[in-house]
Amino acid sequence: MANLKPLPPAREFDLSRDSLRQVNLYLHKHAVDEGISQIRVQNPDGAHSIACGLDADLDVHIHGHAGYYVAGMNQRASVTVYGNAGPGAAENMMSGRVHVKGFASTAAGASAHGGLLVIDGDASLRCGISLKGGDIVVGGSVGSFSAFMAQAGRIVICGDAEDALGDSLYEAVIYVRGKVRSLGADARFEPMTDNDRAAVRGLLAAAGRSEDPGEFKRVASAKSLYHWHADANQEY
Amino acid sequence: MCGIVGLLVKKPALRESLGALMVPMLIGMTERGPDSAGLAVYTSPVPDRQHKLSLYSGMHAVDWSQLLGSISNEFEQHHEIAVHGNQAVLTTAADADQVVTWLKSHAPLVAVLSVGRSIDLYKDVGAPADIARRYRFAELQGTHLVGHTRMATESAVTPAHAHPFTAGRDFCLVHNGSLSNPHLVRKHLEPLGIEFETDNDTEAACRFFEWRLREGDDLEKAVERGFSQLDGFFTFLMGTDTEMLIVRDAFACKPAVVAETDDYVAIASEFRSLAHLPDIGHATLFEPKPEEIYSWRI
Amino acid sequence: MTGLQLEESAGFDRHTIEYIQRAAASGLYEIRGLGAKRRVPNFDDLLFLAASLSRYPLEGYRERCATKTVLGTRFASKPIELAIPITVAGMSFGALSARVKDALGRAATEVGTSTTTGDGGMTAEERASSKTLVYQCLPSRYGFNPDDVRRADAIEIVIGQGAKPGGGGMLLGQKVNPRVARMRTLPEGVDQRSASRHPDWTGPDDLVIKIKELREITDWEKPIYVKVGATRTFNDVKLAVHAGADVVVVDGMQGGTAATQTVFIEHVGIPTLAALRQAVDALDDLNMRGTVQLVISGGIRSGADVAKALAMGADAVAIGQGVLVALGCNSDAYVMDGKHVSAREDYAALGTAPGFCHHCHTGKCPVGITTQDAQLELRLDPAVGAKRLRNYLKTVNMELTTVARACGKQDVHHLEKEDLVALTVEAAAMAGVPLAGTSWIPGQEPK
Repeated sequence: MANLKPLPPAREFDLSRDSLRQVNLYLHKHAVDEGISQIRVQNPDGAHSIACGLDADLDVHIHGHAGYYVAGMNQRASVTVYGNAGPGAAENMMSGRVHVKGFASTAAGASAHGGLLVIDGDASLRCGISLKGGDIVVGGSVGSFSAFMAQAGRIVICGDAEDALGDSLYEAVIYVRGKVRSLGADARFEPMTDNDRAAVRGLLAAAGRSEDPGEFKRVASAKSLYHWHADANQEY
Repeated sequence: MCGIVGLLVKKPALRESLGALMVPMLIGMTERGPDSAGLAVYTSPVPDRQHKLSLYSGMHAVDWSQLLGSISNEFEQHHEIAVHGNQAVLTTAADADQVVTWLKSHAPLVAVLSVGRSIDLYKDVGAPADIARRYRFAELQGTHLVGHTRMATESAVTPAHAHPFTAGRDFCLVHNGSLSNPHLVRKHLEPLGIEFETDNDTEAACRFFEWRLREGDDLEKAVERGFSQLDGFFTFLMGTDTEMLIVRDAFACKPAVVAETDDYVAIASEFRSLAHLPDIGHATLFEPKPEEIYSWRI
Repeated sequence: MTGLQLEESAGFDRHTIEYIQRAAASGLYEIRGLGAKRRVPNFDDLLFLAASLSRYPLEGYRERCATKTVLGTRFASKPIELAIPITVAGMSFGALSARVKDALGRAATEVGTSTTTGDGGMTAEERASSKTLVYQCLPSRYGFNPDDVRRADAIEIVIGQGAKPGGGGMLLGQKVNPRVARMRTLPEGVDQRSASRHPDWTGPDDLVIKIKELREITDWEKPIYVKVGATRTFNDVKLAVHAGADVVVVDGMQGGTAATQTVFIEHVGIPTLAALRQAVDALDDLNMRGTVQLVISGGIRSGADVAKALAMGADAVAIGQGVLVALGCNSDAYVMDGKHVSAREDYAALGTAPGFCHHCHTGKCPVGITTQDAQLELRLDPAVGAKRLRNYLKTVNMELTTVARACGKQDVHHLEKEDLVALTVEAAAMAGVPLAGTSWIPGQEPK
């Protein structure tokens, strides 16, 4: 008879009854002390800032659609949204993992320094804006101005990209499988190397996806905006 | 500085619940717009040759029955008035423009919020929940509505600055965002005979569409022209007697979410205003793409 | 026989000729540091009506004049308590050296006030040395992280600054040294391009939600400030209050920067005097005076300025450029190993001289303040700098209480607008105080 591992102790909240403050306070100050690592949040109904500012090895499951800034400034925790996410999902994430099963609104993963943001559906405009080292995997397509001023990190787009992809890009790298409506200032296509394919393979696997890394194109900075000079026809 | 809501019911049986479905949507937008709110609702149209005028007296005390009497004296055609506190809906069989002109000179304290055959318009100062109670929004019936909650900037929170703005017959507009060239637009339109009531940037957009519709553009064409003429950030939600339309500018910085089922189309700035709609769990949810026009007909 | 006939044009004066010729030579706009250099109506145009027969002054010493100032009482459970209403404005590590940030913190702690981080994040030096540290959240989000959010005493969401409302941060490659680069996640030596809008919100209706997020992250403990560069200040302050700010910071056009386009500095934004009046009017209009606190900055220099700012309705001021000057900015010498060393040659090498320098953007600060150069930064000894800044802040505070006592106030926060008159019609109109010796406030109906 196999030894069944006991399910980790879980705690459930219902946002139609409990306040957001109760939920976040618990996640910030009590879950770890109580030895609780699994938390379920029911009826999020578009509430904002659910599970933001986490800083522990927690596993949070949000059953429904989240509003703005779900898992904002996430550190170490894993947050799963069984639904859509509003603007700024996982904004400024430092580490950990955020998984949106539906679509994500604008500025998904904005200025994230680390961790992995997975979006199964589409992401809207400005996905990965100001990215600072985090990784983003989008199963669907992304909107215009995605990776705007992205400084570091990687974005994998399994679908298409709209306009101005990677506008004013620094050192972040974008891998895109579908069509790109237009590239942004200083962004350009570059040949994929074995390292790139390995990176894409790793990120897709981490996101639970199985697209062929060979189908992705690499977009990176041409680095011609790194220094201001008069003859470069730069626009600031 | 705003929240927007829109609702169009596809099944006639739902028309009687239009208001009841909308009130929680409007209240959900209170934090985005705590100072004033407005709503345009499209009811079954009045008979041919008749029009409805939504009138508003604001803080002034107006004797509506006296007003009705004076109008009936001036114009031989049939008139009726339905009073809701400081708002009233005047139904007239006379020429609507003539009635509006008469009101301007004989009842200057009364604002004409809208003219049309289907549209009724309410706007007032205060928290959205209070306004909904004051005008009994929960009892409203109709095919579709466009609503708005406002965070005020100018000194006196006046109802004149509240959205929706209206133009012509049965056309209304609400706006979330900020236009950067509204005064230029106004300077362009005023010589063409378009009259402005406020210096509000949203009114500039409304009058722009009023002009284009007057010049023969359909609404979609007018909106396309708007992309190049109206500068700034916008999500526009518009209504006519037969349709509801939403469009976002190219940067799409101001939010909008749409929920569509076989029974209704609902729009709000944030999903939390839609979360309590019937069967929302099976609705198609999406965010309008920038510079694309989405419209639904009743 | 006549001598040289030198007739200067007012429109095409030497300054303008130089500007055009520089543009023709370089093909790029001028970038510089500090704030607006041209004269605008400012606090110098206001005077105090002090005690005489109708008002009685306070003595010094025993008859106390309180300066304690509390910021952030609206929602936060731990408001900021300051001993004096004079704070150190946000200036970045990157613009300034780490040693300077250390000096600022030490001095502020000693006099009982706060310092503020800037567009480069929080340094360990500043957090260690500054007892009360306000942490800026800017459009660039360089270095912004939740650990520092939790370590901060308050969060300041920056929408803009007076030197360049509508513009983003700027740091030229020569100042992006390894440490700066690491903190900002930038390649070393690259000219930093900065965003002018926040990445994840635009507009006051979405700011409501962003402020709530920061409150949730900090469990509602820390005050949230909202800082705007002065433009449509009346509207902006109203919207900041509606959006949920605990404290509003308004930075007038005289506010400084370490680097931005000159055209921004001189031609965008309104004077601090006008902005302050609008900001106070906005709070009065909402009946929020006392509930939401107001900090004014942008060319605050002296105790007289602080007193006038408080009289007009500010709860506190923030000083940036004045603080740097106290440390040695535009001084002809720096202190090294206890000795004064002349810096004149270094100023000359930059094409300037002490008293005229605005070359913060070059990273070659002759007195080691706005530099990331390992050698140059040694010219600012944190202990010496801290002492000088402490002296300056104490002097300013003493001037403030001197004026307040002369006006009969036991608390500097009891200074009121009616204690002020104006010397010029412009200042009277902008500040909303009467022209001295008259009851005339231009633009207002006589009561």
